[in-house]
Amino acid sequence: MRASGATKRQQNQRLTRWVTLAGVGVLFAIPIYSMFEYSIRITPQNKQTWDAWKAITQNEQLSGAIRVSLELAVLTVTGMLLLLLPTMIWIRLKVPWAKRLVEFLCLLPLTIPAIVLVVGLDNVMSWVRYLTTPGPLALTFPYIVLVLPYCYRALDAGLAAIDVNTLSEAARSLGASWTTVILRIIVPNMRSAILSAAFLAVALVLGEFTLASLFFYDNMQVVIVLIGLVNSSISVAVSLAALAFAFVLLFAMSFVGTRPKRREARS
Amino acid sequence: MTEPATSAPREDAGRGVQVRLDGLTRVFGSVKALDGLELTLAPGELVALLGPSGCGKTTALRILAGLDTATSGRVFVGGTDISGVAAHKRDMGMVFQAYSLFPHMTVRHNVEFGLKLRGIDGGKRRARAMQMLELVGLESQSDRYAHQLSGGQQQRVALARALAIEPSVLLLDEPLSALDAKVRAQLRDEIRRVQLEVGTTTLFVTHDQEEALALADRVGVMRAGRLEQIAPPEELYSKPRTEFVAEFVGLTNRLPAYVSGGAATVAGSRLPTLAGSVEEGRGTALVRPEQIHVRADTDGNAVVSASSFLGAISRLTVTTDDGAHLVSQIPRTSVQGVTAGDRVAVLIDPAPVLVIGA
Repeated sequence: MRASGATKRQQNQRLTRWVTLAGVGVLFAIPIYSMFEYSIRITPQNKQTWDAWKAITQNEQLSGAIRVSLELAVLTVTGMLLLLLPTMIWIRLKVPWAKRLVEFLCLLPLTIPAIVLVVGLDNVMSWVRYLTTPGPLALTFPYIVLVLPYCYRALDAGLAAIDVNTLSEAARSLGASWTTVILRIIVPNMRSAILSAAFLAVALVLGEFTLASLFFYDNMQVVIVLIGLVNSSISVAVSLAALAFAFVLLFAMSFVGTRPKRREARS
Repeated sequence: MTEPATSAPREDAGRGVQVRLDGLTRVFGSVKALDGLELTLAPGELVALLGPSGCGKTTALRILAGLDTATSGRVFVGGTDISGVAAHKRDMGMVFQAYSLFPHMTVRHNVEFGLKLRGIDGGKRRARAMQMLELVGLESQSDRYAHQLSGGQQQRVALARALAIEPSVLLLDEPLSALDAKVRAQLRDEIRRVQLEVGTTTLFVTHDQEEALALADRVGVMRAGRLEQIAPPEELYSKPRTEFVAEFVGLTNRLPAYVSGGAATVAGSRLPTLAGSVEEGRGTALVRPEQIHVRADTDGNAVVSASSFLGAISRLTVTTDDGAHLVSQIPRTSVQGVTAGDRVAVLIDPAPVLVIGA
């Protein structure tokens, strides 16, 4: 009797899982399908059209903005990793008392409204534009600040999963310099966390509108809005493409960097 | 990123070098972890630092490894002052308490890691790694990853990895403490065998007295950042210089004693006193359980209050007629049939004892 009770409970759990999954799926699928349907909306001549999708590549303003957003994503990820990874490793190894402070600083951008951030960054951005580039790629710097809260969390989880102290001391005792310790011992062991942080940063940069708009730069989201004022089908098509791109990235993230299942041996 | 961080293995490697810690002090805030530690290891010697938690033994080892910096004092290896040399240039092999194999590398690549940093070419590197794995009996596991090995196997690989670079000094930081009793005993013997085979000067840190006594050429007992006593295991056990050493290493009975003329009267027996004892008058004698012999005697001066079977030996707790409680540890055959409640005669072996102030 007990066995059949357990089987029934398992069946119920499985059913609940599928129902929940289906519910969530529908919740996401309906607006996505609606976007797709809208982007190929029947023209006045009663024909479906792929014009909006074709325009993504044909519209120079849009393709330029997409290129800028992709460049910004690459630069932001690079800058974020160069800034955050060595800092976090260093704090864990040498100044653990500073962890809370750095965590607070990294999470701070999450609590500051974009408009306040822009006002605060305005003077800094003048220098950034003067010292680097007056173009939209100058947005890299505020974007690095913007992605800090998400990337900090992802990297912190990765660092917590390995014994950084012991591994780095073992490598040091074998003759490894700090650069070697970071690049050949720590980074390979937190590959999945680094990829998570990178994908989160990419997703965030590709979806960013407010800062770019307030700093008067044209990135993908700003141009989508501009085009949307004239031709809403193109703007919806590009939004859908960006969403699909972010989805593919996040989907890839769940596979890349995973290890084969552990086979524990006995002592 | 490969860089020749340290010199290639020395030609004289394996013969061991002298290591000297000269007046090491390490202060953490208001805590003095090391208080002028002086320690010299002879070439090829295995010294165990033994002591309770917080006595400074691991701090001493970490300073020797270059993983921590002394507040004052110097470290000499082979006569050279290496106090200012970075950890990765010290040429020391280390095995840690926690499992420290690099999870993303196979066993062989772990062992090869130090050699690769020294710019040794692939063929030689591989041969040396396999030689080291053979030394610890794990050559068949060379393609496995750390998570596929048991704790004992992981520590064996860590030992092979530390020895592969032919270090001038081998440092063992409680490498057996995470293992179960049986594996610990096996690996302990293996560490000693390997150390004798390669002849590397070795510093072993542990809080387990059995481990220290079984492994080391000399055992240093540490307390509050200082060495209380350093001596060969047998001497440390039979001739402790301080109450702390006598109490920390092995079991002791505290018996009232009266000292006069270089000998102590303890429970009716005259026993020679050890250096550091009270010179005259009343005191407390620290007597080892195996010095106390018990014999069944209906007219005896004590009663057995508890008896434990420990295999080849028996441990008896007896209460004398004047109320003293003694623990005796003697061959089981000599107290066959003696059980709790029996009356016994107590005799004390006339071996030297330490007598401290009462």
